[in-house]
Amino acid sequence: MGIEIPIIVVTSFWLIVGGVIPWFIPKGPNKGIIQTMLVMTAVSCYLFWICTFLAQLNPLIGPEIDNTTLTIMQNQW
Amino acid sequence: MGSLFRSEEVTLSQLFLQSEAAYACVSELGELGLVQFRDLNPDVNVFQRKFVNEVRRCDEMERKLRFLEKEIRKDGIPMLDTGDNPDAPAPREMIDLEATFEKLDNEMKEVNANAEALKRNYLELTELKHILRKTQSFFEEVSDRSGRREESIGLLGEESMYGVGGSQRLGFVAGVIHRERIPAFERMLWRACRGNVFLKQAEIDTPLEDPVTGDQVMKSVFIIFFQGDQLKSRAKKICEGFRATLYPCPETAPERREMAIGVMTRIEDLNTVLGQTQDHRHRVLVAAAKNIKVWFIKVCKIKAIYHTLNMFNLDVTQKCLIGECWCPVKDLDKIQMALRRGTERSGSSVPSILNRMATKQAPPTYHRTNKFTDAFQSIVDAYGVASYREVNPAPFTIISFPFMFSCMFGDMGHGLLVSLFALWMVVKEKQLMANKTDNEIWNIFFGGRYVILLMGLFSIYSGFMYNDIFSKSFNIFGSAWLVPTSRYNKTNIHKTPDFVLDPAHGDYSGNPYPAGLDPAWQLATNKITFLNSYKMKISVTFGVGQMFFGVCLSVFNHRYFRKPLNIFCEFIPEIIFMTCIFVYLIVLIFYKWIAYDAATPCAPSLLIHFINMFLFSYVKEPCSSAVFYSGQVRFQTFLLLLALACVPWMLLVKPFLLRQEHLGKIKLGGDTEPLSVRSGDIMGDGGESSHQELFDFGDIFVHQAIHTIEYCLGCVSHTASYLRLWALSLAHAELSEVLWSMVFRIGTTMDGFSGCVVIFLVFMPWAVLTVGILLLMEGLSAFLHTIRLHWVEFQSKFYHGEGYLFEPFSFEKIIDTKVDE
Repeated sequence: MGIEIPIIVVTSFWLIVGGVIPWFIPKGPNKGIIQTMLVMTAVSCYLFWICTFLAQLNPLIGPEIDNTTLTIMQNQW
Repeated sequence: MGSLFRSEEVTLSQLFLQSEAAYACVSELGELGLVQFRDLNPDVNVFQRKFVNEVRRCDEMERKLRFLEKEIRKDGIPMLDTGDNPDAPAPREMIDLEATFEKLDNEMKEVNANAEALKRNYLELTELKHILRKTQSFFEEVSDRSGRREESIGLLGEESMYGVGGSQRLGFVAGVIHRERIPAFERMLWRACRGNVFLKQAEIDTPLEDPVTGDQVMKSVFIIFFQGDQLKSRAKKICEGFRATLYPCPETAPERREMAIGVMTRIEDLNTVLGQTQDHRHRVLVAAAKNIKVWFIKVCKIKAIYHTLNMFNLDVTQKCLIGECWCPVKDLDKIQMALRRGTERSGSSVPSILNRMATKQAPPTYHRTNKFTDAFQSIVDAYGVASYREVNPAPFTIISFPFMFSCMFGDMGHGLLVSLFALWMVVKEKQLMANKTDNEIWNIFFGGRYVILLMGLFSIYSGFMYNDIFSKSFNIFGSAWLVPTSRYNKTNIHKTPDFVLDPAHGDYSGNPYPAGLDPAWQLATNKITFLNSYKMKISVTFGVGQMFFGVCLSVFNHRYFRKPLNIFCEFIPEIIFMTCIFVYLIVLIFYKWIAYDAATPCAPSLLIHFINMFLFSYVKEPCSSAVFYSGQVRFQTFLLLLALACVPWMLLVKPFLLRQEHLGKIKLGGDTEPLSVRSGDIMGDGGESSHQELFDFGDIFVHQAIHTIEYCLGCVSHTASYLRLWALSLAHAELSEVLWSMVFRIGTTMDGFSGCVVIFLVFMPWAVLTVGILLLMEGLSAFLHTIRLHWVEFQSKFYHGEGYLFEPFSFEKIIDTKVDE
């Protein structure tokens, strides 16, 4: 998987949740609340994801793994 | 904007009710539950109010009902709770109710008195029966002994006949005494009569019922033999002192037998009468138990109505009651309809009038919540009730609260358990609501079921981001870390115990794990180093984001209350201050993530740079502290000076502008536009007097100084405070890992059949500790930290919370609280 695919997929997913769905909430006393919830969910979850993604994008250090685990990783992953 | 974003518009209204229609109208309003009455006679004490008599009658009725309820409980009769809600009865029905209760009450009392008398009688007879039975054996012993004595007399001859002759007339008393008093009683008799009396006692095997208390008591029969009147009176006094009951006991055996037969027949008669009395009592109580809940509700409503009417004023003609109330503007129509219904019901021809009034007083805060938003609103209210119509943090809390919680509780497994528990409560809502309990802990969990549900769901998401399920990881998308055979082949891999995978030399694929943390980190021994750096950075990012959002919300307050000055002299410098320092830090964090990798020679240490920025010190060594983009020195100095300039801006501009405005007004001739409407930070409390508020420069200045200091220091300390997200999440992950490796791993490391058994055995302690420590204790601690983050760090940016709650007059609430008691 390249870098672009996850970025595009996740960004568009949360964009739909936070930017598109709120426009289609049926009228009612709780419309505003539902919209706020959707937008805030999208913003916070997207922020969480992008931080996690970017933090691993260009690693400065690598994981230190003992040789048994390393052998298993080599064979299984 | 929806209804929850600001509290509802509430207006003060005046009510004119015809005195004959007042009762019905207030009753309708109570059913509606949308009106908060104000006490118009606060100086009049409770005993001087108009309807004090009716209230007292209701109290009396309640007392009788409580007595009845107690009797019903005593007999263990189930009380029928149909759950129906009768209307408040008309005032004339109150007399009927009173009569019914009076009759029941009297009947109960009479039955009880009769039953008690009968029981006492029964007790006495039973005791007498026992005395006759037990003393029989004493007398037999005595007569045996006297028979032997006669023999000895024959042998000893005349002299000894005289010696015993004095004791010929032995007197005795018989009675019944509590068993535990026997030793003291015996000792007392011995001492007082100098050993000249003879006490015989025997225990009654069956416990007897005390007629007054209904307790079972153990008693003993005793008989005292003595000689002479003096001893007799002494013995009787002692018996009296020990509350022993004495019974007449005939001296000769046939007489005793006769008496015993008489007693037996009387006991039998009494038993039948007693049975009939109990039956009657039971019938009465069963009939009462069917209605008692309804009666309670009725009386409660009547009492509530008269209490409310006591808050009303009488007008001069005595034909009209005048009340004042707060009511939501949106519901005025409903209230009008209720009043019309009330008037019609009472048959009055003159309509009741509801009149809106203008007031300087701050109205109560009313948020129309539903079962979902209610728990979130109460989290906010627990800190302070919003000032009238200020921005309500609750709708934003709905998401930000579970989100912040989940950052500290990130684990898919734990999140799943929590959300399943909450989901169960939500699905079974109606049944669980129906069987009310007094268990406070359960009620708290149940009341917050929607909060818990969201917390669980968000924890699953953040567990997914941390790639953590019971301290293990999924490898769904394929790890980005490679173990190329060229570098790690069979010959060299066994030579070194562990390896650090090197991103600069082809161990990293270049495409990061697409969602969440790479599973390789879960296996790494240096995982903490990486996680700390990552979690600290996201904590600060989320924290600054939330605070920034809070500051932005304050604009809505300033605009709504028409305080443009606050936007220019508070909001703008606040935003600039935060941007220059903390948003800059976030930008640096993102920059470092994107621009530096393992191949770039020297990545900057952000913390050192951030500290150096404040010290204006720029060094060349080591390379991680050296300037890393051109113009950094100038740009950072500029940001810092701009931030510093915001401090006097916040502190000085507003007070002086206000002063100038005030002086200008005085020059114009003091045209009395009230100052407080435009300037005061505190919403006009203090009633009618507030609009003549004096301009106090010192006061305003001190207030502004406090605000400025609080904000500037707050920004720094609050940002640091958000690091608790990192700390708690670290603690949670570590605990969960320790639990796994210390408990559950024992099972997984064994082979074969014994491994299965051990897994079976260790699962229980592992599950118990997971639920007890990780879910309950850790969850509670994360919950408390989240509350703090919202109350202090988030709400301090815009929320005043100086209002008071709208508490409408509602039968439903009154009856609910009554039931809880």
